[in-house]
Amino acid sequence: MSSGKIQLVENAAGRLVPAEINGEKATPYLGVGKFKPTGRKNGPPIRSCADYPTDGDKQVASLKEALQNAGLRDGMTISTHHHLRNGDFVANAVFDAAAELGVKDLRWFPSASFPCQAQQIEYMENGLIHHIEGSMNGPLGDFCTRGKMKGMAVLRSHGGRYQAIQDGEVKIDIAVIAAPTADPFGNATGDRGPTACGLLGFALADSEYAEHSIVVTDNLVPFPCYPWQIQGNNIDQVVVMDSIGDASKIVSGTTQITRSPDRLLIAELTARFCDEAGIVQDGFSFQAGAGGTALSFALFLRDMMRERNIKARFVRGGSTQYLVDMLEEGLTDYILDGQTFDLEGVRSMRENAGHVNTSPFTSYNWHGKGNFASMLDAVVLGATEVDVDFNANVVTHSDGRLLHGIGGWQNCLASKCTILPIPSFRDRIPVLVDRVTTLCGPGELIDVVVTERGIAINPQRRDLTEMLRGSSLPIRPIEEIKAEVEEICGGAAEKPEFGEKVVAAIKWVDGTVIDCVRQVGD
Amino acid sequence: MSGFGEAGKRGPEVRSDCWIGVELTSQEGLEIDIQSKVAGMYGERIRAQVTEGCAALGLKGARITVEDQGALPFTLAARLETAVRRAGHLPADDYLLPASDSCLRDSLRDRLRRSRLYLPGNEPKFYVNAGLHAPDGVILDLEDSVAPAEKDAARALVRNALRSVNFYGAERMVRINQGEMGLEDLRWIIPHNVHLVLIPKVESPEQVIAVDRRIAALEQEHDLEGPVYLMPIIESALGAWRAYEIADASPNVVALAIGLEDYTADIGVARTLEGTESFWARCQVINGAKAAGIQPIDTVFSDVEDMQGLFDSVVEAKSLGFAGKGCIHPRQIAVVHEAMAPGEAEIEKAKQIVLAFEDAETRGLGVVSLGSKMIDAPVVKRALTTVETAMKIGRLDGDWRETDSGGRPGAHKDGRTVEKGGQR
Repeated sequence: MSSGKIQLVENAAGRLVPAEINGEKATPYLGVGKFKPTGRKNGPPIRSCADYPTDGDKQVASLKEALQNAGLRDGMTISTHHHLRNGDFVANAVFDAAAELGVKDLRWFPSASFPCQAQQIEYMENGLIHHIEGSMNGPLGDFCTRGKMKGMAVLRSHGGRYQAIQDGEVKIDIAVIAAPTADPFGNATGDRGPTACGLLGFALADSEYAEHSIVVTDNLVPFPCYPWQIQGNNIDQVVVMDSIGDASKIVSGTTQITRSPDRLLIAELTARFCDEAGIVQDGFSFQAGAGGTALSFALFLRDMMRERNIKARFVRGGSTQYLVDMLEEGLTDYILDGQTFDLEGVRSMRENAGHVNTSPFTSYNWHGKGNFASMLDAVVLGATEVDVDFNANVVTHSDGRLLHGIGGWQNCLASKCTILPIPSFRDRIPVLVDRVTTLCGPGELIDVVVTERGIAINPQRRDLTEMLRGSSLPIRPIEEIKAEVEEICGGAAEKPEFGEKVVAAIKWVDGTVIDCVRQVGD
Repeated sequence: MSGFGEAGKRGPEVRSDCWIGVELTSQEGLEIDIQSKVAGMYGERIRAQVTEGCAALGLKGARITVEDQGALPFTLAARLETAVRRAGHLPADDYLLPASDSCLRDSLRDRLRRSRLYLPGNEPKFYVNAGLHAPDGVILDLEDSVAPAEKDAARALVRNALRSVNFYGAERMVRINQGEMGLEDLRWIIPHNVHLVLIPKVESPEQVIAVDRRIAALEQEHDLEGPVYLMPIIESALGAWRAYEIADASPNVVALAIGLEDYTADIGVARTLEGTESFWARCQVINGAKAAGIQPIDTVFSDVEDMQGLFDSVVEAKSLGFAGKGCIHPRQIAVVHEAMAPGEAEIEKAKQIVLAFEDAETRGLGVVSLGSKMIDAPVVKRALTTVETAMKIGRLDGDWRETDSGGRPGAHKDGRTVEKGGQR
């Protein structure tokens, strides 16, 4: 299972990608909407209730015991989730327990990893963990980029993770679900408890498809834990820990909007664009994340909506106090919550009927019979680079290092109008480039790029270009903005020197390989 | 020859700046060590620029260390030159980058000066995007925002910014230091596309004349066409007392500003939000400026969070007669412009008066009337100004007479006109 010398093939986007990932054959990207596998979905093994306690009490004393009961062996796949973000204690505890059991070559399949999990580097060095399949940033991303991981990393979107589980691309042996509140039967929720995080949507697929599922909580309540987000009927064992995470790092008390005048300008231009493009109408929908620019965009929209008495039907997003305010003020009928970023979001999830729990299944899944994401009128997303063909990168910086996960980013590109509000350069690092370092999103799905120096509409969207003709907004060809940035930065940037080794594969939403990341440094 | 000089800022929190250390060596040859967060993207260019800069400065032997946090070329050039000078190497020529086309020198005496955005002179990260917020002017400040030990560094940086940075149509202003240091500042800016010089703490016309003369000398020396406009700032009781003389000191003075922090300190009172304590001084500046036929410009509004307070303050300033306000944060600019703009009703009324005036002129009538009312000449003058301003800021089309059917005198027998929306 070495990724040192592997065959590369050119995919439909013109990128050279590995034909094989960690010994398994991989399908190169075929184009948007082209790959539609047939056959039947993967299924979990048949279990019988006779094998489970009739009193509903599935508690075991420790994670170590639970892993032992689950039959942990060399080479197995363990999944965890990032609901507790950078305050998570559980993923580290799982691998500490696995280390005590003396196994090796595990595949770690997190929905995302965080810098608080940097200790896994040691487990990759000593052979406990073979490789990671999940978003990586911080020290783990750096470790991977330098080519130090034994296997090849695989980065998937939230929807792509669900797809991989459903179509059998990834078989989870043991799912460990950190739950801020749970009962002994395994019903679990994230909206209550001392380490409340809001939604547990990323663990849904794992609970349904894993060979074995373990719920870990620090707030055990008597049956029933209701309302539940994870259903106990899918859970094998329940473990109680003293604390599953550091509450101060799970959700923020208050979410801050950006104070940067340049980012506020970008957010304001984005909102004005949506207005002039006819998007802001009664009954419309949008998605905005918790990033500073995205939040400010939502606030500019809010002011517009208030002024003109316009109401949204639904807003999707990482929920924050700002979206909650809009819901409670009646500016939107629903929040479709994908993850919850602050305490107000968590409170609203408990209290407001219009605050709806969603999951990658409802919003993003390739094998679903439709997706919420494609129904959105407008989505704003970030990017580390965008090229003149509107292709975008969200995982590496121009120096080639893995820095971010994909998250729901790729899945959101399906919206009716995908807008990237981004600075045209950061310090002396151009964001608008000739060709993105790593392709994550095909240009045909990216409609508009809003920078502080102008708004570029994808030429394929003639309808938008037509609608914005004569606008007072600074609409310019993307090449022109890029040329201005290069003049400011003193020419186009030199390209980084990449090594031969492929350190990570980037999956498209359908499971095909859209690009890969080469080794940089060392 | 030996000596060491350093300039710029270092450390991980620094953005868009760099630190350069220069150690002069007795033997020829440059030893250049570069650490840069953009090494993979611009490492070669940084090295080439340092080499080119040393050649321009006539520096042949030195050990040069660059710690770069994404400084743009104009910043890198300024830091290098300052470090070289501080090391004790006095170059025959400045190290100048080619002037950008966007920095061609032109401004207008009576252009709009509703907002002027202060930029600290030695802080390069604020420069490149300042013009995007569309202020009428940007002030590259060499005075209060620059520490005494960094005045030389700020001069080189401001000079380079004047040559390289596109401010997207904003008037390029520099606030110089007081006294002799301020006169010395002029050498760094006058040959490099500055539009307007703000002179701080002016208390006499002689101070203005001294600056004006030094500028004239520099223009002659460098064969420049001029003019460079002047905006004296009144910041003391004596200055306020002599406002008219100062405003009238030179034909190049186009605006007179007031600075209230120093003024209130000078008269020994606290500055309040209502500003009763400075009412006389502000009116004195307005009347001094108007008497000299130039623009009176109000002080800055210091609370960057309070946008409503800013708006109210600009409305009040406008009602007193001020033509502009100082801004210390880019988000204040749009608020200032909004508050300064004539309102819909005001424009509508002004249009009717202008049309009536033109109609009277065509028909050779000595009296302008709108319906049954006679319109006095000053009212006509004010209406013309309003219409002109509305056109300048895009609230009224240049061809509004053709596109606008309402408002012709006589359209209605009782002199009323149709209220029209949708002019914007």
